Amino acid sequence: MRRVFNSQTIREILRPLGQIVVFVTASGVVLSLLILLLALLLRGSAADQATIERNGMDIFTYTLVNLPQVLIDGVTIGFVYAAIALGYTMVYGVLEFINFAHSEIFAIGAFVGVEALIFLESAGMLSGASNLSAYLWLILAILLGMIAAGSVAILVEMSAYRPLRHAPRLVPLISAIGVSFFLQDAIRLIESLTTGQFHRIIPTFGNFDERFSLASIPYLGTNINLDIQVKSVWVIFAAILMLVGLNYLVNATKLGKAIRSVAQDQATASLMGINVNRIISLTFLIGGALGGAAGVLYALKFTRIDPFVGFFPGIKAFTAAVLGGIGNITGALLGGIVLGMLETFAGSYLNVFTVGAFGAEYKDILAFGILILVLIFRPSGLLGEQVGQKA
Amino acid sequence: MSLLELQNVHSFYGHIHALKGISLRVEEGEVVTLIGGNGAGKSTTLRTISGLVHAREGKILLNGQDITNLPPHEIVSIGVGHVPEGRGIFPRLTVRENLEMGAYTLSNPAEVERRMEAVFELFPRLKERISQKGGTLSGGEQQMLATGRGLMLRPKILLMDEPSMGLAPVLVELIFGVIRNLNQQDGTTILLVEQNALMALKYANRAYVLETGKIVLSGSSQEIAQNPEVKKAYLGG
Repeated sequence: MRRVFNSQTIREILRPLGQIVVFVTASGVVLSLLILLLALLLRGSAADQATIERNGMDIFTYTLVNLPQVLIDGVTIGFVYAAIALGYTMVYGVLEFINFAHSEIFAIGAFVGVEALIFLESAGMLSGASNLSAYLWLILAILLGMIAAGSVAILVEMSAYRPLRHAPRLVPLISAIGVSFFLQDAIRLIESLTTGQFHRIIPTFGNFDERFSLASIPYLGTNINLDIQVKSVWVIFAAILMLVGLNYLVNATKLGKAIRSVAQDQATASLMGINVNRIISLTFLIGGALGGAAGVLYALKFTRIDPFVGFFPGIKAFTAAVLGGIGNITGALLGGIVLGMLETFAGSYLNVFTVGAFGAEYKDILAFGILILVLIFRPSGLLGEQVGQKA
Repeated sequence: MSLLELQNVHSFYGHIHALKGISLRVEEGEVVTLIGGNGAGKSTTLRTISGLVHAREGKILLNGQDITNLPPHEIVSIGVGHVPEGRGIFPRLTVRENLEMGAYTLSNPAEVERRMEAVFELFPRLKERISQKGGTLSGGEQQMLATGRGLMLRPKILLMDEPSMGLAPVLVELIFGVIRNLNQQDGTTILLVEQNALMALKYANRAYVLETGKIVLSGSSQEIAQNPEVKKAYLGG
């Protein structure tokens, strides 16, 4: 009995780690080969000439030299999307309903985390803090963001969704959009009453902005530098921890089985003695807490937040969840990584490849173009057939 | 005092008045069956007892305790097991996980294992399928799983909704054999809803006949089986 439990624990931890490695490697390799092929084809074109003039190297070399950094940035933002997408996908798995307020739950996490750090800074705790204590403060900020976001998610479910549980599907969806506006304005109200500022900037502390150099490979007279910001390492590490933890919770614990039972058949689940409302609340708590943690990580990575900070990451994480197959935890992971990579590739190379006709800002169009294409051609998402892994 | 008693229970499905004053009682150790045509309110009666359907009027008593309109998960934990119509297997949970969910309110894992072994003694087939997903089982295996799952909490009374539905005759015999064993060896009280009135009357002590939400006839199984109206309507002549 003990041994069976342990082997299951190990399996449920290794399986998502394996999936992460496979998804990151596969999407990285495929996109790298595509972009290098494209660069080869564009040799001698106007784009090539422009690159040589501006950067002193041909388009293929330019692509290759920048590739490692693009991959690292893509993975980082991909994990942020995946962590937010988990919240959409868990709620959808249990209630078959898109919680459009999840982007504001994410924003609340970001604000609470950032305000906590700003408070610590004004209390003089952050300046001159050693790296270790800087990490501990960050963890504290993440935990506070998780608690706040998780609690708000539960309150939103109880007040705005539960009374509409048996209403036609469109009704709670509209309620969710309403809650989303309400929370946005609530953040604005609270910020204007307390700090008077909508734009908050995460304090600079610890060594989060430093870069690790992983390697430096000489190539045709230039160097291909492989380096990663300390904060990106934190983002990736925390996101992996969340993904693995959630996977374990859902697949290997009694609570996880109860969540899956409620997702599959609420009436029968209640006949098993499962308090369905409690499980739904817990689902919102878990999804909200993960979203809140993602919010703090996002603020750490991109430094500046405002009350609308949730909108774009939220809708992109939703795209990621749909791309992977909504309701499916592995799908959220895959969708997040693929979308983050694609977007970063587009943001980095579109300008160069189109001789400035399309700039990096078109990356959002790419993301939503993907959403539309997936909805038209594969509405169940990349992993949609494996509904067996539905939350 | 009866183990289960319904007093003038009314309930609605949307605007449809599904139960129009059902009164019935089940004594400890009995097998009681509800028979009647489609839409007579048999399943609704069970679902109202379990709390899945709201009772707008009337009272439901378990051992004299009022359980009317308690939430389903509380009714389960005070001793009412319910094997729902269509079996309600969780299709993407394994056989083992389905059984574990049947014992959700038990916190002692060793006891859960013991009870699971008892279910496997009753239905050895389930043990062979232990890591298979519920949705991949045959209809008969699903019924075994649903019944076994309903027994995990050792309920005082087990409500069984159409256990013979869609099963081959040999499996129907098997399931009814298990029902008889449960009742005679373990003393489990059973309230059985069946389309297959012939089988139900063969195994039950007493029967109620439902028509459009009302009880029109009740008595011992033999009496009901002899009733000319019942013979004509439900027993094929």
